[in-house]
Amino acid sequence: MILNVITYIFIGIGCFFNLMAAIGLHRFPDPYTRLHAGTKCTTFGSIFLIVAVVIQSVSVWVAEGISSPQSILTLHALIALVAILLTNPTSAHAIGRAAHRSGVKPARAVVDDREKENHD
Amino acid sequence: MWLPVAIFLAVCILIVLVRLFLGPTQPDRLVGLDTLNTIVVVTMVILGMAFEEVIYIDVAIVYALLSFVTTLFIAKYIEKGKF
Repeated sequence: MILNVITYIFIGIGCFFNLMAAIGLHRFPDPYTRLHAGTKCTTFGSIFLIVAVVIQSVSVWVAEGISSPQSILTLHALIALVAILLTNPTSAHAIGRAAHRSGVKPARAVVDDREKENHD
Repeated sequence: MWLPVAIFLAVCILIVLVRLFLGPTQPDRLVGLDTLNTIVVVTMVILGMAFEEVIYIDVAIVYALLSFVTTLFIAKYIEKGKF
């Protein structure tokens, strides 16, 4: 019962952050800020969604006994989570570096109080 | 319990696809592709839990690793302009 409540809360957090990533890709002006929205939000949301899967699957595993087929599902979901956690920040770094070296300029700040001071 | 979550994530994938088609520069499209890959991996894990199939989660692991290699390769191409 309490595990179901925790699972629903984790699913809610994960879906919210994935939706924020999808909206943030449209709201931000240039590739660097879009990278900020699209990578960090999906990593955080993925952690919560896969942990929700693992919690539900472990509860079935404990209920069915040690030789349940849910054990394989739990371990493989954890391996998928580790794969996401290792690869996502690395590819974000590579995209940011490629965008900088190919000469994409950042967008101008929307509110800049010191714009008239001629700083670089 | 799990199938509505997968449908919700599919809607997120559609929203990201619009950025993939609209993106004015090459890095914009690459950011959209990276976001899309992560959401697809999570959707595969959710579908594997929904249908009780372990093979979907195995496909998700392989997809995550291969999309990482793809993203690094396209980033290298954008950076240098040639392979």
